[in-house]
Amino acid sequence: MSSDDEFMSDQMSDDAYGDDDDSLGEEFDEDDDQDFDDGKEDKPSRKAYEVDFKVFSDEQIRKSQQSQVEEVSSILGLPGEQCAILLRHFKWQKDRLIEKYMDGGEEVLEEAGLGQSYDTLPRLEKVRGFACDICCDDERGLDTYAMKCNHRYCVNCFRQYLESKIKDEGEATRIQCPSEGCSRIVDSKTVDLLVPAEVDNRYKELLNRTYVDDRPNLRWCPAPNCEYAVDCAVRPAQLHTIVPSVSCRCGHNFCFGCGFSEHQPCPCSLVKKWLKKCEDDSETANWISANTKECPKCISTIEKNGGCNHMTCRKCKHEFCWVCMGPWQEHGTSWYNCNRFEEKSGSEARDQQAKSRASLERYLHYYNRYANHDHSAKLDKDLYVKTEKKMTTLQSSSGMSWIEVQYLEAASKVLQQCRQTLKWTYAFAFYLERNNITYIFEDNQKDLEMAVEQLSELFEKPTDQLANAKKEMMDKTAYVNNRRIIVLEYTATGLAAENWKFTVDLK
Amino acid sequence: MAQAAKRITREYGEIEANPVAGISIRPIDEDMFKWNIELTGPKDSIYAGGTFKLLLTLPANYPFKPPILSFQTKIYHPNVSNDDKGSMCLGILRSDQWKPSCKIMAVLEMARGLLLEPNPDDAVETTIAEQFKTDKSQFEKNAKQWVKQYAK
Repeated sequence: MSSDDEFMSDQMSDDAYGDDDDSLGEEFDEDDDQDFDDGKEDKPSRKAYEVDFKVFSDEQIRKSQQSQVEEVSSILGLPGEQCAILLRHFKWQKDRLIEKYMDGGEEVLEEAGLGQSYDTLPRLEKVRGFACDICCDDERGLDTYAMKCNHRYCVNCFRQYLESKIKDEGEATRIQCPSEGCSRIVDSKTVDLLVPAEVDNRYKELLNRTYVDDRPNLRWCPAPNCEYAVDCAVRPAQLHTIVPSVSCRCGHNFCFGCGFSEHQPCPCSLVKKWLKKCEDDSETANWISANTKECPKCISTIEKNGGCNHMTCRKCKHEFCWVCMGPWQEHGTSWYNCNRFEEKSGSEARDQQAKSRASLERYLHYYNRYANHDHSAKLDKDLYVKTEKKMTTLQSSSGMSWIEVQYLEAASKVLQQCRQTLKWTYAFAFYLERNNITYIFEDNQKDLEMAVEQLSELFEKPTDQLANAKKEMMDKTAYVNNRRIIVLEYTATGLAAENWKFTVDLK
Repeated sequence: MAQAAKRITREYGEIEANPVAGISIRPIDEDMFKWNIELTGPKDSIYAGGTFKLLLTLPANYPFKPPILSFQTKIYHPNVSNDDKGSMCLGILRSDQWKPSCKIMAVLEMARGLLLEPNPDDAVETTIAEQFKTDKSQFEKNAKQWVKQYAK
C-alpha cells in the first residue's frame, strides 16, 4: 500500500480537491459507509450538504489499477497478468478475491478463465485434418487457436471475431469464446497474441473504462470529452439521505449518485420521478413554459429576455412578477409569498374532478417555478457571456483593473448556481408533505429567491452604473450565497436525519 | 466477403441435405446474401394453418455479425414488430448474444420455436406481450384472426 500512498501524495498534493484521508487503493473495504462517517468527523468545516470526493485523471486511474495488481501479485505470488484478470473477474474487490483464493486457488483460477497450466504462453498451432467451423476453411497448414475450453478456430476467424467485439461493440471484459454456448471469457493474453497493436490499445483502454465502471466509488465525469473520474464514498443505499454533488476538474458539477447535473437539494429518486412527471405532462408543460405571457393589466403579449422576474409592461408601465403575475410592489416587502403554493383546495376537493384539477394546479405551481428558474438560468448563462464584455468596458470606462472587476464574474457564477438550486427546491417541495419543517423550508426558499431576484436585477443595470454598484453587488453576492448555503444545510441535515416527510417513497 | 460466401454456401448445402419440416429456404439471387424463407405454423400452435413469408438478410461480415430476420407476412406476435418491417430482435439475433459458430438453421428454428412459444419477456410489441400474459384467450383470438386474414 505504501507505493500507492506515495503516488497519491505526489500527484495530488497541489490539488484543491485532494483530501488526504483515504487513497483510492484503500477503498475496497465493504464498510465504506463507515469510512464516510469517519471522514465527516475529521473535517468539521465541511457543510452538511457537501461530500468528500477526489478527481482522478486517466493516467492516475491506470496507475492505481497497476498498483492494485502489484499488491495482489505480491500477496498471492501470481504473475501480474493473472492478477489483473482475477481482479477484473472479482470486480476489483481485492479482499474477496484474496479470501476466495486462499480457500481454493484452483477453483478461483478456473472460474476466472485461467486454467491450471496457464503460465505457459498461449500459442498458435497447426492441427491435422482441421476445418474451421466459422469460415469452413480446411486448407493444410492453417494456423489455429483455442483457449483452455478447446474450441479451436482458425487464426483469421478468431482475430476477426475479437476485432469486431472490441472495435464495433466496445467489449473488453465480457468477450466470450466464439463457440455457441461456451461462456469462457477471452483473456488479455489471447487478445495480445491475436489482434494488431491498434486494436490491442483500444482493448486496454476499454479495460481501463471497466475498472471505473466496476468500482462503486468511481464514476466518469459525464461531461463530453472529459477524461476525469471522480472518487466518492457515497453508496446507492445512502442516496435517500444525501445528495452527493461533486465538481469535476473540467468545471462540470454533477451528482455522483445518478450522474445527472447537480440537483441539490433534491434527492436522486425525486429527480427521476420529477423529470418523468414533467415528461409525461409535457403537453401541459409545453403550454405553460411557452415563452410569452400577457401583461395582467393590459393583456399585451410580453416576452421575457433577461433573468430578472421584475417585469415592466412597455405599454401600460404596469410592474408585475413574471412568476406569480402579481404586482411587483409586494415582492420587495414582507408580503412576498410568490414561492408558496396556496393550499386552498381543501373545501373544493369534494368531488374527484375538483381534486384532480387541484392536483394539476398544484403541479403547475411547482412546475412553473421550476421551469422558470431553469429558463432564467439559461438566460443568466447568456448574461455570463455578456459579463465578459461588460468587464472589459468597465475596465476602460472606470479605470478599474482586471482584478477589480472580477466581482461581476463572481456574481454571475453565484447567480447561476442559485438558480440551479432554486429550480430543484421546487421539485423537492412538490413531493413534500406539509408540516412545520416545510414552512421553515419555504421561508428559506423565499429568502433565497428574493435575494436572487435582487442580484439578478442589479446585473441588468447599464454598464455605466455598474461601477458604482460594486459594493452593493459584492454584498448581495455574498448574501445570496449565504442564503443558498442555509437552504442546502437545512435540507441536507433533514435528509441525513430522515426528518422530511415525502408524499412518495424515496427508496 | 469471399469468406462469408464460402460459409453461406456450406450452410445452404447442409440445410438442403437435411431439410427441417415446416421450414423452407430459397436464396433470392446468386450471391446468396438474401434468402426467402417460408415457415408453416406449427400444428399445435395458434398459428397452425398459416404460412409465413420471411426475409433473411446476411450481413457482409457474416458470421461475425448475426443475420437479420424479418416477417413479410403480418403476424400477431409479441416478438415481431407490428409494422411494415416485421422485424425481430431477440436471443441470438442480437449481436451481443450471437456467436460466429451459430448457424442460420438455428436462427430459423428459433423463429419457428417462437411461433409455438412466444417470449413475452423480451418483446418488441409490449401491448401484445401484456395481453399474452394477462388475457390469453383474447390474444389467441386476435392471433388466429390475423392468421386467417394474412397468412392463408
